[in-house]
Amino acid sequence: MKNLHQKTLTELQSCLSNGDCSSQELAEHFLYRIEANDQLNAFITVDEQRTLEQAKQADVALKDNLGSALTGIPLAHKDIFCTDGLLTTCGSKILNNFISPYDATVVSRLSHAGMVTLGKTNMDEFAMGSSNETSYYGVVSNPWNTNAVPGGSSGGSAAAVSAGLAPAATGTDTGGSIRQPAAFCGITGVKPSYGRVSRYGMIAFASSLDQAGPMARTAEDAALLLDVMCGFDEHDSTSLRQDPVNFSAQLDKSIEGLKIGLPKSFFSQGLDAEVGDVIDTSIKTLEKMGATIVDINLPSSELAVPCYYVLAPAEASSNLSRFDGVRFGHRAKEYDDLGDMYQKSRSEGFGDEVKRRIMIGTYALSSGYYDAYYSKAQKLRRLISNDFDLAFKQCDIILSPTTPSVAFDKNAKTDDPIAMYLNDIYTIPANLAGLPAISLPAGLNPQGMPIGLHLVAPYLEEGRMLNIAHQFQLNTDFHRAFPENYA
Amino acid sequence: MGSVINYPGWEVVIGLEVHTQLKTKSKIFSGASTEFGLEPNTQASSVDLGLPGVLPVANLEAARMAVKFGLAIDAHINRTNVFARKNYFYPDLPKGYQISQMDLPIVGEGKLTISTANGEKVIGITRAHLEEDAGKSLHEDFQGMTGIDLNRAGTPLLEIVSEPDMRSAAEAVAYLRKLHSLVTYLEICDGNMQEGSFRCDANVSVRPVDQKELGTRTESKNINSFRFVERAIDYEIERQIDLIEDGGTVVQETRLYDPDKHETRSMRSKEEAHDYRYFPDPDLPPMILEKSFIDNIRQSLPELPEAKFIRFVEDYKLNEEDATLLTSTRPIADYYEQVVNLSEADAKVTANWITGELFAALNNNDLEIQQSPVSAEQFAALLNRVADNTLSGKMAKQVFTALWKKEGQVDDIIEKQGLKQITDSGTIESIVDEVLTRCTEQVQQHKDGNEKVFGFFVGQVMQASKGKANPGKVNQLLKTKLNQ
Repeated sequence: MKNLHQKTLTELQSCLSNGDCSSQELAEHFLYRIEANDQLNAFITVDEQRTLEQAKQADVALKDNLGSALTGIPLAHKDIFCTDGLLTTCGSKILNNFISPYDATVVSRLSHAGMVTLGKTNMDEFAMGSSNETSYYGVVSNPWNTNAVPGGSSGGSAAAVSAGLAPAATGTDTGGSIRQPAAFCGITGVKPSYGRVSRYGMIAFASSLDQAGPMARTAEDAALLLDVMCGFDEHDSTSLRQDPVNFSAQLDKSIEGLKIGLPKSFFSQGLDAEVGDVIDTSIKTLEKMGATIVDINLPSSELAVPCYYVLAPAEASSNLSRFDGVRFGHRAKEYDDLGDMYQKSRSEGFGDEVKRRIMIGTYALSSGYYDAYYSKAQKLRRLISNDFDLAFKQCDIILSPTTPSVAFDKNAKTDDPIAMYLNDIYTIPANLAGLPAISLPAGLNPQGMPIGLHLVAPYLEEGRMLNIAHQFQLNTDFHRAFPENYA
Repeated sequence: MGSVINYPGWEVVIGLEVHTQLKTKSKIFSGASTEFGLEPNTQASSVDLGLPGVLPVANLEAARMAVKFGLAIDAHINRTNVFARKNYFYPDLPKGYQISQMDLPIVGEGKLTISTANGEKVIGITRAHLEEDAGKSLHEDFQGMTGIDLNRAGTPLLEIVSEPDMRSAAEAVAYLRKLHSLVTYLEICDGNMQEGSFRCDANVSVRPVDQKELGTRTESKNINSFRFVERAIDYEIERQIDLIEDGGTVVQETRLYDPDKHETRSMRSKEEAHDYRYFPDPDLPPMILEKSFIDNIRQSLPELPEAKFIRFVEDYKLNEEDATLLTSTRPIADYYEQVVNLSEADAKVTANWITGELFAALNNNDLEIQQSPVSAEQFAALLNRVADNTLSGKMAKQVFTALWKKEGQVDDIIEKQGLKQITDSGTIESIVDEVLTRCTEQVQQHKDGNEKVFGFFVGQVMQASKGKANPGKVNQLLKTKLNQ
C-alpha cells in the first residue's frame, strides 16, 4: 500500500476493515518512517517491539470483530503523558531516567480503544516554550522547512503528524501548545474545554490551564479521537461529570446562518499581512458557505499574555517542586547536604526557560507580592472570561488567525522571551477562559509555509466547533497539503 | 488538674494549635490505607509518593468528620471551603507542598468550655482546617543518611487553632484534655498521643500585668502528651520571664520541645521562617457542602460530654464528682451505661463499684477501660449477685479479683471458691440461736443497756457462718431476738 502515511484515520479505518492492510503493516510502515526521518527529532522514545506487540493484539481483535472504530490505528503520545513501563521525560533532563509505573488516563483510554502506541514525541521542557527549542532532547525541525521551528510545546507531535510519521498524536495545550504547532506544521489541533479530558497522568505545567487534545490531519479525525479521550475520571477532581460524547455524529450539519465573530483587535497590530490575507480568504469561504460575520470586542484579551505569564508560572513553580531528586528523576552525583542536593539536582536537571518560569512564579506568589501579581491576574482572568460570555451573545463562534506569523527560524527568538511569548497572543485567551478552540490549515504563505485558522467556541460546544471545522475542510483542501520532502 | 504555678506581676498568654489525625480508613487525597505501624512505604500510593502526573481527590469522609467537630463546638461551617498549597521543600513532603486550607477553612469560629480552678471558662476556637500529614524522616539506622517513610504522608489531619485565651499551663492542659475527650467522643480521632494521632504546638507569650499589648510569642512544637504540654509551657514561661527580667527580649521563633531534657530550644527564627507561598490548589475545586450533608451530620451527632454529664446526674442520681469521672471519656461512659443496663444493681452503687474497684485496678495496671480484663457483661453479672444477696460486698471484691485474673465467669468463681452467701432465714436463725445460747454473759450486758455489744454478736454469727451469712439478715434477726 502506498501513501498510508498521508491517509486520515477514517481512511486507515477502511483500509483495516477492508483487509487492505493489517495493524502490524501499519505499525511497521510508521516505525520505518520514524526511523528514516529521525533527523526531524520528532520522537524521544520509540519501542518497536512494544508497538508491534500491540499491533498484533489489535489484528487479533479486528479479526474477531472485537475492535472499536480506532482499533489497530497507530498514534504517538506527547512525552508529557505517563506511559506504563516507558520512559516519560516531559522533555527534561530531570526525568531522563523516569520509567512511569502507570498510564495516564488519556493513554489508557486510547489504548483500550485499540490504538497502537508508536512512541513518545519531543516537546518543550515541561511544555514551557513555543518553538520546541527548550527540549533537553534537542530541537525538532519543521517538515515544511527544516530551518524553521515546528512550534511548541507539542512540536514533536505536530512535526510527526505533519511529516506522516504518525497518523495522529496527542498533545497538551496550556497557552496554545497544541494549536500553535498545529498551525506551524499545517495540521488540525484541538484544545477541548477545561475539564473535558482527564489530566491524570499528564505531567502538570499549569493545572488550571492544562488540557490534553488531539492533533490530526482533519477535524473529522480529531473528533474520532476526542470521542475516546473525553469522559469523567474519578482520579481528576477537575474532570467534568459528563455524558459520553459523540462529536463525530455532529459533523454533518450545515453552517448556514452561522454567526462568526471577529475580534477587531486581533486583526490589527502585530499581525503579518500574509497571515491576514489567508485568513480573509477563509472568512470569504465561510461566508460563501452561508455564515455571516459580526464584529466583536474582547477588550481584556489585550492583557491575556501578561495575565498568563503570572498565573502559569505561579502554578508551575509549585507543580515542579516534586522534581527534587529525592524519589525519582535526576539527582546530582555529589552534594554536601540536603540543601545542596536540592540545589544541584534542580540546577542540573532544569533548563533555562523552566528556571525562568519557576523564578517568576515563586516571585508572584511571595508574601508581599501575591496581591499585586497573583490576585490581580486572577481578577483579570475573570474579566477575560466575561468578555467571551458577552461576545457569545452576538455570535456562535470566534474566528482569528492562530498565530501572528508563520513558523519562524530556529534560534530567531531564543534570546528574547517576550517575543517568544507573544506567539501565543491569540491562543492564550481560550485557556484563561477554559473554552474549546481549534486550529486548522487555512493555506500557505508565498514561501509555502502553513497558516492556521483559529476558532474558539462557547464552553462545551466542541461539537459545534468540530462541525464548522469539518464543513470548512469539506469545502477546502488545505488540510490535504503535505510537505514535499516527506510525501 | 495539674499544678497552678503563679508568676506574680506577669500575665501569661497561651494559644494552642492541635493536630488531630482523623480516623478515616483511607487517606485524605488518595485511596491508600491509613493503617499505622506497617512496613515503611507499603501504605503509600502513587499519589502519596507525588509521582509526576498524579492528582489529589478529596476524601469526603474527612470533611464529614471535620463538620462533626465544627458542629460540636458550635462553630460556623464554611459550606464553601478551599484547599490551598503550602509550599516548602522537605524530603518527607513528596510534592514539595502540603495541601492545607488557608483563607476558607472548613470550620470557622467556635468555642469550648473548660473547668478551671476559678470555675468555668470559655476558650475561643479560631478555626479548624483540613490538611494532609507529611511522611517521616528516619535519621537512625542509615549510617549518616536519612530514610524516608511515606506511610503517614496524606493521612488526614484536622488542625484546630485556639484563640490566645489561656492564662496558665494548667488551663492549657484543661483545654487540651477537653478537646481530646471531644474528638474521641465524636469518634473522629483515636486520641493516641504516643502514635502522634493527637499532638500540639503551643504559642506562649508573657507580659507585665499592667501592659496592654501582647508580648512576643514563641511557638513550641512536638508536644505529644498532657504532661509535656504543662512542662513545655511552664519551661517557656519561666525562660521568657527570666529573659525579660535580665533585660533581654523574647525573639519570635519556633522552638522544639525536648521531652528528655524537659526544655525547649530554638529551631528557627522569624527571619528564617519559610515563605509558604500559599495559593488555592488548582487541582482541587472549592469543596461545596450541601446543607443536607451538614444537617445529616447534625442529626447523627452523638451525645456530647456536657449533655451526658447532666443526664448522668439527673437519671442516675450521681453526684457531680462521679458524673465527671464517668463521662471523662466515651469508653468509660459507655462501659458504665452498659453495666447499668445489664444489671439489677442501683445506678449509684454501680458508679461506686466502677470508680472504686475497677478504676483502682486499671490505674494499678496502667490500663485504659477498653483494655479491662473484666468486661461490662461480667461486671454486670457480678453486681447482680450482690443485688440478689448471693454475694456480700466483701465476697464480691474477691470475685472481682478472680475475674480480673481471668479465672472464669462470675457464677463459676462463686461455685469454685464456695462463696455463696447464706440468705436462708431458717439457717441464719439457727446460727443466731446457737450464738445467743452460748454467750449468756453478753446477752445480759445487752439487756443492761450496753448497745455496743451488738457488734460482738454480729461478729460471732459471721464467724460461725464462715462469713457467708447475709449481714443484713443477721442484723435484722439479732435485733428481733435481743429485743424480745
